[in-house]
Amino acid sequence: MEFMQNLLGAWWTPLWTLVKIMIIVIPLMLAVAYVTYAERKVIGWMQVRIGPNRVGYQGLLQPIADGLKLLMKEIIIPSGANKGLFILGPILAIAPALAAWAVIPFTDKWVLANIDAGLLYVMAITSMGVYGVIVAGWASNSKYAFLGAMRSAAQIVSYEIAMGFALVGVLMASQSLNLVDIVNGQAGGIHHWYFLPLFPLFMVYLISGVAETNRAPFDVAEGESEIVAGFHVEYSGMAFAVFFLAEYANMILIAALTTLMFLGGWLSPFTFLPDGFIWWAMKVAFVLFLFLWFRATFPRYRYDQIMRLGWKVFIPITIVWIVVVGGMMQTPYKHWFH
Amino acid sequence: MMTFAQFIFYFFSAILLFAGLRVITARNPVHAALNLVLAFFTAAGLWMTLEAEFLAITLVLVYVGAVMVLFLFVVMMLDINLDKLREGFWDYLPLALPVAILLMLEMTVVLGGRFFGLDKTAAPAAHPAGYSNTKELGRLIYTQYVYAFEIAAVILLVAIVAAIALTMRKRKDTKYIDPAKQVSVKRADRLRIVKMVAEKKGVTGEEQG
Repeated sequence: MEFMQNLLGAWWTPLWTLVKIMIIVIPLMLAVAYVTYAERKVIGWMQVRIGPNRVGYQGLLQPIADGLKLLMKEIIIPSGANKGLFILGPILAIAPALAAWAVIPFTDKWVLANIDAGLLYVMAITSMGVYGVIVAGWASNSKYAFLGAMRSAAQIVSYEIAMGFALVGVLMASQSLNLVDIVNGQAGGIHHWYFLPLFPLFMVYLISGVAETNRAPFDVAEGESEIVAGFHVEYSGMAFAVFFLAEYANMILIAALTTLMFLGGWLSPFTFLPDGFIWWAMKVAFVLFLFLWFRATFPRYRYDQIMRLGWKVFIPITIVWIVVVGGMMQTPYKHWFH
Repeated sequence: MMTFAQFIFYFFSAILLFAGLRVITARNPVHAALNLVLAFFTAAGLWMTLEAEFLAITLVLVYVGAVMVLFLFVVMMLDINLDKLREGFWDYLPLALPVAILLMLEMTVVLGGRFFGLDKTAAPAAHPAGYSNTKELGRLIYTQYVYAFEIAAVILLVAIVAAIALTMRKRKDTKYIDPAKQVSVKRADRLRIVKMVAEKKGVTGEEQG
């Protein structure tokens, strides 16, 4: 490595960063492909079906076949669409979903950018994901797409507030905005993880995460039985696939953030076992399984129920619990809260 | 030879100027709003180079992530007739021209820093790598400027309450749903199972099926 460093000189830093970005993005894209496969298999089993089993052993090559199929298909641009924005829509959807991974730590050493305000950065970048949906919905020049975009915009903006407040609790407990420090603050076994003292915030964050990614039971933005496919009804081929990739990349991102902030990240649950990336991966997989489980279990919320849950239930819960955490930190029991 | 920081500054400034120009020249109001989003985002990048990462990220979080989304929401819903909007555009010239000239003069004074003795004070020293802008800002707001901060917060709260009070007009005949009642509903309230004999005689299950 030192040899390469001397050889490349000033070019070393950008090139090495590019390599590191690839080391994150390529496994992420593979993970996205296999989360779609896991989703079809898991929901299949929950509904006593088999799921995909034709392509490859046990259907393991199914996501590759799906990807190839979508690549081959024609991208149709509707005649009344705003062409530039129609193409910009999927790009705006996937760019934040990938950019947020820059600050996600995989272990205490494996992190691309260990920045001080990591948590704020993630919140700011993920809040931009909504533009992909709105721009796509508007540029399609279709009523269904536009309805989906409007629903999605209102939903994402509403749940972002509850999510932000849930994170305020985490940063009060850890007294840091840096994701590595937040995980290190939970060291010392499973009973030190933040999901116990911040249990209401953990639930709010997890459920808001499902709503933020437009997943069932909060999938009114797509709502197949109501508005066909919502904001991406006019998209086909790879343009549609990019929306798909963005949704699943966001799902994995929310699962990773839940893991880092409430479930102790790469820390092992028992002090006698070593910490490591394997714990991180197992916890993320567990949260992703919850996402699939929700989809197989719950019927879709009605729109007014979603708004009520966000504004009248979650936001008051988070505000009350922030006050509780603040109060407890002034008492002798403060070691429970950080 | 430019340093990398200078290159970043000019790169972002060029995008910011272009985006700002497009906000006022774009014919389509949605394009204008999206250009404003780009302008905010680029401005956040410039603030980042000033080591003000908290303000930069908050600009993206609040303005790009929330305010502009709602703005775009409204602009998309409105059916704006552009030709009608542009009618009589040049009638405002006698008022607009003095304002524009005044603005330009003020900016010249500010940007030409020597009127403020900018060349006499040294550039602020760069902070070490471990410096947390967020922590310092929080400390200042909650100690030195706590009253100003609290007053600003209360004013904002009053504005929120006032805005809601002004727009909340409840219609008497509105049908609305009480979720608590919905949740507590029992089967017996909605469903009654009655036993009755079959109407037709002699029809078997297979024929019905």
